[in-house]
Amino acid sequence: MQVKEYKPLIVAFCCNWCSYAGADLAGNNRLNYPADVKIIRVPCSCRVNPMFILRAFQRGADGVILCGCHPGDCHYTSGNYFTRRRMALLFSMLDFLGIERERTRVEWVSAAEGAKFAATMNDFVATVTALGENKRLEDLRCKK
Amino acid sequence: MQKISRESLVEKAIAMLQAHEVSAVLGWKKGEFDYDITPALFTDAEDLQKNFVWNDFCGANFSKYLVEKTRNIEGKILTFLKPCDTYSFNQLLTEHRFDREKVYAIGIPCEGMVDIKKIKDACGEGIASIACEEDVLKVTTLYEDAPIAIETETVLAERCLACKSKKHVAYDELLGETGEVLESNRFDEVERLEAMTADERFAFWQNELSRCIRCNACRDVCPACTCEKCVFDNPNSGVENKAAANSFEEKLFHIIRAFHVAGRCTDCGECSRVCPQQIPLHLLNRKFIHDIDRFYGDYQAGAEVGSRAPLVDYTLDDLEASEIFEGRDN
Ligand code: SF4
Ligand code: SF4
Ligand code: FES
Repeated sequence: MQVKEYKPLIVAFCCNWCSYAGADLAGNNRLNYPADVKIIRVPCSCRVNPMFILRAFQRGADGVILCGCHPGDCHYTSGNYFTRRRMALLFSMLDFLGIERERTRVEWVSAAEGAKFAATMNDFVATVTALGENKRLEDLRCKK
Repeated sequence: MQKISRESLVEKAIAMLQAHEVSAVLGWKKGEFDYDITPALFTDAEDLQKNFVWNDFCGANFSKYLVEKTRNIEGKILTFLKPCDTYSFNQLLTEHRFDREKVYAIGIPCEGMVDIKKIKDACGEGIASIACEEDVLKVTTLYEDAPIAIETETVLAERCLACKSKKHVAYDELLGETGEVLESNRFDEVERLEAMTADERFAFWQNELSRCIRCNACRDVCPACTCEKCVFDNPNSGVENKAAANSFEEKLFHIIRAFHVAGRCTDCGECSRVCPQQIPLHLLNRKFIHDIDRFYGDYQAGAEVGSRAPLVDYTLDDLEASEIFEGRDN
């Protein structure tokens, strides 16, 4: 019997102004990162409500990463400062409930950092691959 | 036993009603049993004289009632506030949830409230009546001939054992004395959990949260939860007002409920008090409070009117999400 290689599903929320453009640049430069990273474009990193992160896990994500402009560079001036606090508290709470802390991440990626985008995704995918499937925040009804 | 007498509260309330200084009094009255004291609105002296209750079971925090009552009632409302209630009162004012002019707040001291679950553990079901006396509760049950005496101290509610403050932070008038902000051990249990392994924490919460029946009492009672339209009422959310279908939905509800009050929760303890399943909701709230204190500096919601809640604030050099676990070895 052939064992299927485990490939994690990663959801990456990317803000329109920096990180999404960074992902574009990575593509234009033909930098490799796994195709299992599904990008969801959001107007600003602070558009991401904690519910989005949980929902992503529910619908099958094994890891969720949130990318936005570097602090100080947010298109809306301060959005990512709020994101930073929210996510710090949310991630700490997930850890408190016993959910692996490596499954969530925040990374600041500018429009010029195509290489950083690809490297971040490669690293995150490797980390989540090592962890294996998301069991602690899964919803069996959403499994195929 | 409470230091301030029921009679002095009733007397004050009747005097203010009769002088037309207030048009209603928010107080406590007996529910079906002696121990399920519920909030009530009084508008006449006779009712107050007969039904007003003030004893070791008056845990209910009224501040949230002011949101609705100040809108629907002409004239002022008199309300009695224990020290912990005054924090919720301030937090609601900070969020402009009611008109301060329409409330006459009387601060009353509190010696701690008892937990009926602990009393039932001590003397079983079938409680017919309970009398609050000096330092003891006399519990009459259906099965014993003589009343059982329980020392009040031994059945104090968890939140009262970890009381953060005996100081009234808001009032128009004080009856009796106000106290001090206390050194509380309220974060001990949070730290105990943090010291466990992730597997142990997961098992702990799985066990606690799986008992939730989604009655929403914790949300409904919370003075920080005052949205008129709640995410958990949204029929498109899949989790509206129904029992959790699985452990994911349990966690979704509990994480989001606690997150929505993060930075605004005053740690009044009402959510844990009303939970029929004895889920330690205060641990989730205190986790957020403790983290906020550690990451962004000490902050007590409701300590003063107008303070900026930590989640609607920031500094340029806040901790990164990747740095929060630094220095933790588990
Ligand atoms: S979450 Fe609980 S402790 Fe916090 S304000 Fe609401 S009812 Fe009180
Ligand atoms: S009060 Fe308790 S049982 Fe009811 S929804 Fe809240 S946690 Fe669940
Ligand atoms: S627009 Fe990129 S983080 Fe706000």
